[in-house]
Amino acid sequence: MANFLNEWGGSIWEAFIQTTQMTLISLAFSILIGLPLGVLLVLTRKNGQWDNPIAFTIVNSLINVIRSVPFIILLFFLLPFTKSVVGTTIGVKGVIVPLVVACAPYIARLLETAMLEVSKGVIEAYQSMGISTPKIIWHVIIREARSSIILGLTIAIIGLIGETAMAGFVGAGGLGDLAYQFGYVRFQPDVMYAVIIILIIIVQIVQSIGNLIARRLKKN
Amino acid sequence: MIRLEHISKTFRVGKNKIEALKDVSLEVNKGEIFGVIGFSGAGKSTLIRCINLLERPTNGKVFVEDRDVLTLNKKDLRKLRRKIGMIFQGYNLLETATVYENIATPLRLEGVSKDEIKQRAEKYLDIVGLTDRRNAFPSQLSGGQKQRVAIARALAHEPEILLSDEATSALDPNTTDAILELLLRVNKELGITIFLITHELNVIQRICDRVAVMENGKVVEQGSVVDVFTRPQQAMTKQFISNEAKFAIPVQLKGELLKTGKLVKLTFLGESSKDPVLATLAKQFDVLPSIIAGGIDQLKDQSVGNLLVHIKGDQSKVETAVKFLHEQDVLVEEVNE
Repeated sequence: MANFLNEWGGSIWEAFIQTTQMTLISLAFSILIGLPLGVLLVLTRKNGQWDNPIAFTIVNSLINVIRSVPFIILLFFLLPFTKSVVGTTIGVKGVIVPLVVACAPYIARLLETAMLEVSKGVIEAYQSMGISTPKIIWHVIIREARSSIILGLTIAIIGLIGETAMAGFVGAGGLGDLAYQFGYVRFQPDVMYAVIIILIIIVQIVQSIGNLIARRLKKN
Repeated sequence: MIRLEHISKTFRVGKNKIEALKDVSLEVNKGEIFGVIGFSGAGKSTLIRCINLLERPTNGKVFVEDRDVLTLNKKDLRKLRRKIGMIFQGYNLLETATVYENIATPLRLEGVSKDEIKQRAEKYLDIVGLTDRRNAFPSQLSGGQKQRVAIARALAHEPEILLSDEATSALDPNTTDAILELLLRVNKELGITIFLITHELNVIQRICDRVAVMENGKVVEQGSVVDVFTRPQQAMTKQFISNEAKFAIPVQLKGELLKTGKLVKLTFLGESSKDPVLATLAKQFDVLPSIIAGGIDQLKDQSVGNLLVHIKGDQSKVETAVKFLHEQDVLVEEVNE
């Protein structure tokens, strides 16, 4: 055990940091893009506040199209786009773009579902009080949906952690890459086992924290 | 205060058109409680939503304090809505906020100052009697308490008009009475004009000054509650009033009574109940009146007595007796089959 830690501890720690970095940065950008998209889906749908079939169909189909492409293919398909956005296609920087492209629509969908659960009645009550739509979105819809939103984001984070495993293909490192490069390619299964155990622990922790926060926010 | 002129509203569902409102006109005076009654699907909900434009009427005009609401821009409409409170059957509170926050949040979003919010929230919490529950969440409250919070939330904007969309329909009879009592106080003490819709006759009886009866998107009858109650003109209104099943006597008994005389329903209004009509009947016309059923309805400021009377005797004598009744200050309705 001590030998193993001496030999691999550094690499595993480094990979852990890389995975965390990729996950958190992509998550932040994905929320920035996904939340407005989710809100747009809720508002433009039939009988929404900004009922607009054209806008809804465009956003809705776009999300479906992106979500149809497996991440590994999206990663390669987006290479030219990635290059034009961040100037490189490799490293952590190079993998953030495809991660965000894959994750933002997913988050939009999860948040849409969460926000649709908010009672139409409360929204109507706030409209009847002369509150503007932007304020209703933030202070009523997102507020009331916050518990479900956190649960949705928890699912998105876990999905992201999985997708970062493929970041190795563009040289971004991370836990998944470590397990693949050493565990599989160089045939050192103990590295793979160690990584798997670490991933399991991370996912357990993320889910538990997500559940805890969601419960706290629910207040009923 | 509120004037609806020839309002109609058509919804499109697929290829079908549904006419929810057909040429509805009515006027609500300042300071009164105006009720609209009708069975579900009559268009009441659409009607009340046309006042603050949660629904835009397809045709017609809506005036609130002589301002043509349909011509207001978004900003002015929002301003106007703040002067019109609204409460709902489903309470529509924020589930994630405490009672206090439920009252304070809309005020905060409108930019009311902190001190003002605190002062108003406390004032109206006190008025609805929920000061001790200020930190509770809606899920910890009963239906009646939730409706009180909703009323406090509406009042905290210090509106001139309160719209009530079936506010008591989800509540049990005792709680309904308590909420109606509160609405009556709001009307009397704060001088707020109330426009309410309901399918419960009891609500109209207890607190309304005037009433409109709706059926299939039309107002079929309107007037003071006493008039509409005691002299219902339309079949629909009669149906509503008889639905209360005041004198639902068994068919067999009714048949027997009709064989030996006449059955009449007498309605006494307030003062007219002093003259001993039935005693006079027996003395002057040599018939035998007997009371089969009776009751008193308490309207907002007047009581209405109802009697179902069987008049036994010679056919000709009974006829003259009934004629006499018609001449008195009593409403007479002959009951047949």
